[in-house]
Amino acid sequence: MRYIPNSPAEREEMLRYVGLERAEQLFDSLPADIRLQKPLAVPSALSEMELLEKFNRMASRNTAATRPSFLGAGAYSHYAPTIVDHLITRSEFFTAYTPYQPEISQGTLQAIFEFQTLVCQLTGMEVANASMYDGSTALAEAVLMAERITRRKRVIVSSAVHPEYLAVADTYVQHYGVEIERLEIDEETGRTSKEALKALDDKTAALVVQSPNFFGCIEDVAALAERAHSVGALLVVAVTESASFGLLRSPGSCGADIVIAEGQSFGVPLSFGGPYVGLFATREKYARQIPGRLVGEAYDKQGRRGYVLTLATREQHIRREKATSNICTNEGLIALAATIYMETMGRRGIEETARQCAQKAAYAARRISELKGYSLPFSAPRFNEFVVRAPVKAEELLSRLASERNITGGLALSRYYEGRDTDFLVCVTETNSRAEIDALVEGLKSQIP
Amino acid sequence: MINKVTSHISQNEHLIFERSQGGRVGYRLPPLDVDETPIDELIPAELRRDDDLEGVPEVSEVDVVRHFTRISTWNYSIDLGMYPLGSCTMKYNSRLNEKVARIPGFANLHPLVHETDAQGALEVIYELQQYLSEITGLAGVSLQPAAGAHGEMTGVMMIRAFIDARDGREESAKRRTMLIPDSAHGTNPASAMLAGFTVKAIRSTAEGFTDLEHLRELCAKGDVAGFMLTNPNTLGLFEKNIREICDIVHGAGGLVYMDGANMNALVGVARPGDMGVDVIHLNLHKTFSTPHGGGGPGSGPCCCTKELEPFLPVPRVVKDGNVFRFDYDRPQSIGRVKAFYGNFGMMVRALAYILTHGAEGLREATEAAVLNARYIAAGLVSDYDKPFEAPPMHEVVFTDKRQSRKGVHTLDIAKRLIDYGFHPMTIYFPLIVQGAMLIEPTESVGRQELDQFIEAMRSIAREAKENPDLVVGAPHSTRIGRLDEAAAARRPVLRWKPKEAASAA
Repeated sequence: MRYIPNSPAEREEMLRYVGLERAEQLFDSLPADIRLQKPLAVPSALSEMELLEKFNRMASRNTAATRPSFLGAGAYSHYAPTIVDHLITRSEFFTAYTPYQPEISQGTLQAIFEFQTLVCQLTGMEVANASMYDGSTALAEAVLMAERITRRKRVIVSSAVHPEYLAVADTYVQHYGVEIERLEIDEETGRTSKEALKALDDKTAALVVQSPNFFGCIEDVAALAERAHSVGALLVVAVTESASFGLLRSPGSCGADIVIAEGQSFGVPLSFGGPYVGLFATREKYARQIPGRLVGEAYDKQGRRGYVLTLATREQHIRREKATSNICTNEGLIALAATIYMETMGRRGIEETARQCAQKAAYAARRISELKGYSLPFSAPRFNEFVVRAPVKAEELLSRLASERNITGGLALSRYYEGRDTDFLVCVTETNSRAEIDALVEGLKSQIP
Repeated sequence: MINKVTSHISQNEHLIFERSQGGRVGYRLPPLDVDETPIDELIPAELRRDDDLEGVPEVSEVDVVRHFTRISTWNYSIDLGMYPLGSCTMKYNSRLNEKVARIPGFANLHPLVHETDAQGALEVIYELQQYLSEITGLAGVSLQPAAGAHGEMTGVMMIRAFIDARDGREESAKRRTMLIPDSAHGTNPASAMLAGFTVKAIRSTAEGFTDLEHLRELCAKGDVAGFMLTNPNTLGLFEKNIREICDIVHGAGGLVYMDGANMNALVGVARPGDMGVDVIHLNLHKTFSTPHGGGGPGSGPCCCTKELEPFLPVPRVVKDGNVFRFDYDRPQSIGRVKAFYGNFGMMVRALAYILTHGAEGLREATEAAVLNARYIAAGLVSDYDKPFEAPPMHEVVFTDKRQSRKGVHTLDIAKRLIDYGFHPMTIYFPLIVQGAMLIEPTESVGRQELDQFIEAMRSIAREAKENPDLVVGAPHSTRIGRLDEAAAARRPVLRWKPKEAASAA
C-alpha cells in the first residue's frame, strides 16, 4: 500500500524488535472468537487511474450538476475566487489538527480569530464562535442556548424557517423538555404572521425567525425583536443565504440576541449538501453560554500577541455532561474557506455580490410575473429568492423544464408543504446570467397550458 | 537558549484588518447585465444595512495570498511530519481523494435536485454505506451525522427510541441511565445528556480495563439504557472482555454503544458487530483519512444492528433494482440530525480511501498502525513510566511520573517535543491517568521517523534529569512562547476591533 511508508522487510524487523514473529500476533489481545476469519468483502485496491475513472463515471450520472440552476433554499451557487481553494489546500491548513498546541498552530488560530471578527461584523453581533456543523445544527444549538439563558421551556418558531432546520431542531430538543410551537405565515405578505405572534408569553424562551425567510421574504426583524423582548424572550434569527448580509440590515442592529447562519454562500461548493459551515453569534453577555470553540487573544511572557482556544470550561472535554454542547470537531477548513472568501471579496465585493443578487432576482421576478398564468403570491420585499405560483403543478412543470429545456427552474414547494402544489421557489444569484434568466422565462412561458 | 526569529517579515503578519487600506479590492464581478431598479423600490431603507460594512477588510488579491501563506507557515501539519496525537488518528490525507471530491459532477451538485439527476451521488452514499456495514459487521448505516459527537448523539437517541418502542413509554422512562467509563472522551457524556440520559461513570481497573464488577453492580439497578464503550479503549487497550461486557449490558436490558474513534486498530481484523455491539459511530476524518482541516469538517456515520435500523435518521438512501433513491417513510426514525444528507464531500473522500486500499490494504494499514504503536511502546518503556502492562493496540499511554520528580511535567515534555520538530502527543487525556501522554503514530510513519521520535523523547528524558529548566521553559524554537491562557480566559478578547473602539471599550 503506497500510503504506508514501511516496507514488508522493515515491518518484519520491527516485529522482531517488539518480540513478535508474525503480524497476526499484534492482535493476540483480541479473543479468537471475535477475530475476523476472512478478508473483508471490499474489492481489491484500485490504482489512481482506475479510481479516477470510477469516480468520473459516477459524477457523470449527476446530470443536474452541469445545468443552469435556480435552486436555492439553503444552498446557493455563488462565485468563489480561485484563491479560496488554492489557499485552503495548503498542507499547513488542510492537514493540521484542531489547534490544541498554540505555539505551532498560530496560522489556524489567527484565521479563526479573523473568522469570528468577520462573522460579528456581518451579523452585527458582539461574539461569534469558531463554527458549527452547518446552519441547521447551529439553529438547534441556538434553541438549546435560549433555554439555558432564560430557563424557559417554550420556543416559538416561524413556519417560514427552512423546514429541514426545523426538523433538526425538533430532533435535538425531543428529550430536552423544550416544546417547539410553529407560527403561521401571513399568506398575503409571506412573512411571519403578526397576528400569530400573540402566542408569545412569559413562558417563551425564544422566538425563532429566518430572514430572508424560506419563501425569500425579508422579515421585519426589528419589530419581531421588540415583540420577543416585550415578554422577556430572546430573538433568534436564522440566515440561510449569507450573501444577504451585504445588503440587508444586520440582525444584530435589529435587536437579535442570537444569530445563526449557513456560511456556504461564502466560497463553499454545493457538494450535495455538505460540508458547509454554521455561523453562530450572540451578545457578549451570553459568551459563556455559547456552544463550541472560541479563539481569543493571548500574550506570551515577552508580550508577543498570539491566539488560543479559550473559555474551554464550557466545553465537553472539561465539563463533560454539563457542557454547553457536545460539539468537538467543527468545520475548521470550511470556516477558513469562508474567511478567505470574505476577505478577498472584502467590503466592496460582499456589497456588490448582494446588490447583483437582488437586482437579478428582481429582474427575474418581474419577467415571470408578466407571464400569463404566473403570479408572485407574496408581497413582502425580497432579496434573491421568491415564490412563483404556476398555472399547473409545480413539480411536473419543473421536471419538464429540466428535460425539455435543460434548466433547473427552482424548488417545488410540495416537497415540504401540503397545499402548495403549484408554488415553487426561485433563487437568482450573481452567477445566473441574463441569458439564463431569459431562458427560464421562455421555458416557463412554453409551459402555459 | 535559541533566539526566536520574530524579526522576519513573514513571522510578523498582522491581522487582515490591520493590513486593510480603503480602496483596495481583491475581486472583480462581471458588470450587472440586467436593468437596474432603484434599490428603494426593491427593499426599503429601513431593511437595508446602513453601516456600509464598516470594518470589513479592503485588500487586494495579493494581500490575501501573502497573508494566508505567511500565517500558514506557523502551523504544524501531517505533511510536515509525524503528528502523534492519541485518539486523533492523524494519518496521511491523500491528494487523490481531494481531486475526486472536486470533480464538478460532485462539487457543483445542489442537494435539492431531483434524485434521478443525482444518481452518481446517491451511488457514492450507498456504496460507502455497504462498505462501512461490512467493516463494522453492522447492518444499518446512516451517513448523516457531521462529526463523531454528532454520531454519538444520533446513536444514543436511537437507543432511547428503541427502548421506548420495546418497553413502552412508561416502562422506558425507568431506564434513563447511560453508563460511561471514567476513561471516555468528554463527548460521550455530553451526547448522552442531549438524549436525556443521566450519566453514571464505570470505574477502570488498575490494569486499564472496564471494571466488570462495577458494571454488574450498576446494571443490577434495572435503570440502565446502555453502555458507551470505546474499544480499544482510550488507554489503547483492547477490552478483551467485550463479549462478557455486552452480555452483562444486554442481560440487564440495555444496549451497547461503541465509540468508534479507535477503529484504526480494528479495520479488517475484528468487527464491532461480531463482538455484540449494537450501535457505533465512525470518524471518517480519523480512520478513513478525510482531512482534519485544523478542526473539521468531520463526518460521523452511525452503524447499527438490524433491530435498531428503523430508528436511524431520515432520509435513508436505498436501492430499488438499479435505481437509488431517498426513503423518507421511516415512522420510527429519531428524525433528521442535519439538513440535507451529511457531509457528502467527506463521503466521496472516504470511499476513495477504501477503494484505494482494498480489503488487503485496509488490513495492512491496521497492522502497520498497531505495529508502529508497539514499536514506540518498546522504545520508550526504559525512559518513561508506562502505567499499563497489557500490550497496546494503535496507541500507547505513558506518564510523567519519573520526570515529575524533577519538576518536569507532561505539558513541559510536550512543549519540548516541539523543539525537536514533532507535534506533541495528546496530553492529560485520559483523565484517569495522572500526567497522561497518549501517543498514536498511525500507519503513516516510517521507521526512521519513529526512531527520531523515540530518540527525541529519550533526549527529553535525559534533559529532565540533567537540565530540567530547559524543558520547563520550552518551546524555544517557535515564533511565540507559551501563551498566558489563564489571562486570555479571564478577560476574553474574541474579536478584533478598530483602535479607537478598542480603547473606548
